[in-house]
Amino acid sequence: MNFNAIYALLLREAKIFFREKERIISILISPLLFLFVMGKGMASGTSPVPGYTYQQFIFPGILAMVILFTSITYGLYIIWDKRLDFLKEVLAAPISRATLFIGKSLGGMLGAIIETLLLLLIGALFIIPLSAVKIALCLAISFPVAYMITNIGLTIGAKMKSMEGFGLVMSFLTWPLFFFSGALFDLAAAEPYIRAVSLLDPVTYAVDIMRIIMLGKGAFPAWADLAAIAVFCLVTTLLGVTAFGRLQQEK
Amino acid sequence: MPAIKTDNLVKRYTEVTAVNGVSLEIPEGEVFGLLGPNGAGKTTLISMLATLVKPTSGTALVAGKDINTQPLEVRRNIGIVFQEPSVDDLLTARENLYLHSMLYGMPRREINLKIDKMLALVGLTDRGNSLVKTYSGGMRRRLEIARGLIHDPKILFLDEPTLGLDPASRKAVWTHIRELKEAHRTTIILTTHYMEEADSLADRIGIIYNGKIIELDTPAALKKKVGRDLVFLKGAVDEEALRKLPFVNSVERENGRYKIGIIDSGKNLQALLNGGGKIEEVEVRRVTLDDVFLKFAGKAISEDAEERAEGIFERVAVSKTVRK
Repeated sequence: MNFNAIYALLLREAKIFFREKERIISILISPLLFLFVMGKGMASGTSPVPGYTYQQFIFPGILAMVILFTSITYGLYIIWDKRLDFLKEVLAAPISRATLFIGKSLGGMLGAIIETLLLLLIGALFIIPLSAVKIALCLAISFPVAYMITNIGLTIGAKMKSMEGFGLVMSFLTWPLFFFSGALFDLAAAEPYIRAVSLLDPVTYAVDIMRIIMLGKGAFPAWADLAAIAVFCLVTTLLGVTAFGRLQQEK
Repeated sequence: MPAIKTDNLVKRYTEVTAVNGVSLEIPEGEVFGLLGPNGAGKTTLISMLATLVKPTSGTALVAGKDINTQPLEVRRNIGIVFQEPSVDDLLTARENLYLHSMLYGMPRREINLKIDKMLALVGLTDRGNSLVKTYSGGMRRRLEIARGLIHDPKILFLDEPTLGLDPASRKAVWTHIRELKEAHRTTIILTTHYMEEADSLADRIGIIYNGKIIELDTPAALKKKVGRDLVFLKGAVDEEALRKLPFVNSVERENGRYKIGIIDSGKNLQALLNGGGKIEEVEVRRVTLDDVFLKFAGKAISEDAEERAEGIFERVAVSKTVRK
């Protein structure tokens, strides 16, 4: 593992992220719509967790959604890099593919974490009172969650040839990952088949642990959420490093 | 030790064989031009040497390291400028160079000094802190060359370094390449499909066609192989007398002029004019690499076509001879 190189890759992502300010804002739009329009619109709907409104109930789910969307989009972005030859410069550098993958992955986390922090602050102000400790805990959880989802995006991006597949991934992966995660409803009360699918969804555990932190109640015990996230981190790292190892220039 | 030594390199894709058995030796400090039409296999060959594409078979030593078994060692010793733009638009020139230096493991203390030096070398000192997206095509190219060189590679690969540049920028890039060769003795492998570029920069030229090196020599020797300059004459030309001159190897009429192929126009032009009758107008066109290319690749094209068409071509050829 080449730490100088990882630092360089991370630095690049940081600089680019802060230079594309429109991206920071645009990514927050759909979560805010869910939160304020749907959350408020369904205010009459009862919250599965007593003592909290529906809007407060879905807030942890929306937080996971932000991480999901930011990280997957970032990962798929390397298709652009491939097309424009930006990636070649890094592929030609004397660093291993594992180093490259980790560097890219950590770079992707950065964006997701900043978005998470922004949304946490908005949430703490308008939706649900959060102590500094809770904010810190949520932020800490967002690291591994962003990491595993970025890995998924990068792995798919490394295998995809063109940006046309982007829409497909959004329809067939990102939205299902979001809807099956229980971000908008209580898994414990859901149909068995939905529950079965949600067990395979990494976002489920992210939503659940955030809910435990903020509302004090989730569908699984906290240790199970953490263990599942750890397993997903590991598996997606292996998949990603393998996919990057196979990455070759296309002509 | 040669800078590059390839041994029967082959790259086969499902439908095409992009590189078909290339064995080459390029000495240190040489500027080697790889000349060929689009799709001839230039980029694939370079990509294999730069360890970006795995060969189907065969191998190569680049700076003494094996491309199949020591890819990271190879990469440490080479710089590469890709065909398509590969600098980061959203970063400044300095940032691009800084990140590159970090990736190549240069000591951090040295990096900034080195960046100053490289920016000066390619004439971008004033614009070092501008975002690359504000750069012209020529400036980007120069930045990429600076980036390819900042880690002091022994070998620099330039894949179509002037593709899409205006003539002025092209000349500027050429000047930089010549300076590099003189000042640093860097071995440079250059692909191009501009004959003029290969002619003015390369010590030796390999003509690549259908994945094979079909001709390899110095530009001067290649031109000599084609063997003739063209002289166009207008006036009351004595055709018969011209044909008798020993250095004339062809006389044809073209658009009301005589098109005469002669060996070494520099030496023999005077004799040609003396013996050619009453001449009103003279135009001399020295042999260019274009002619060389047409001759060798053209030959290869017809051979290729013949193999595929087999009998049909033979029959056509026969009928043509009969008519004569």
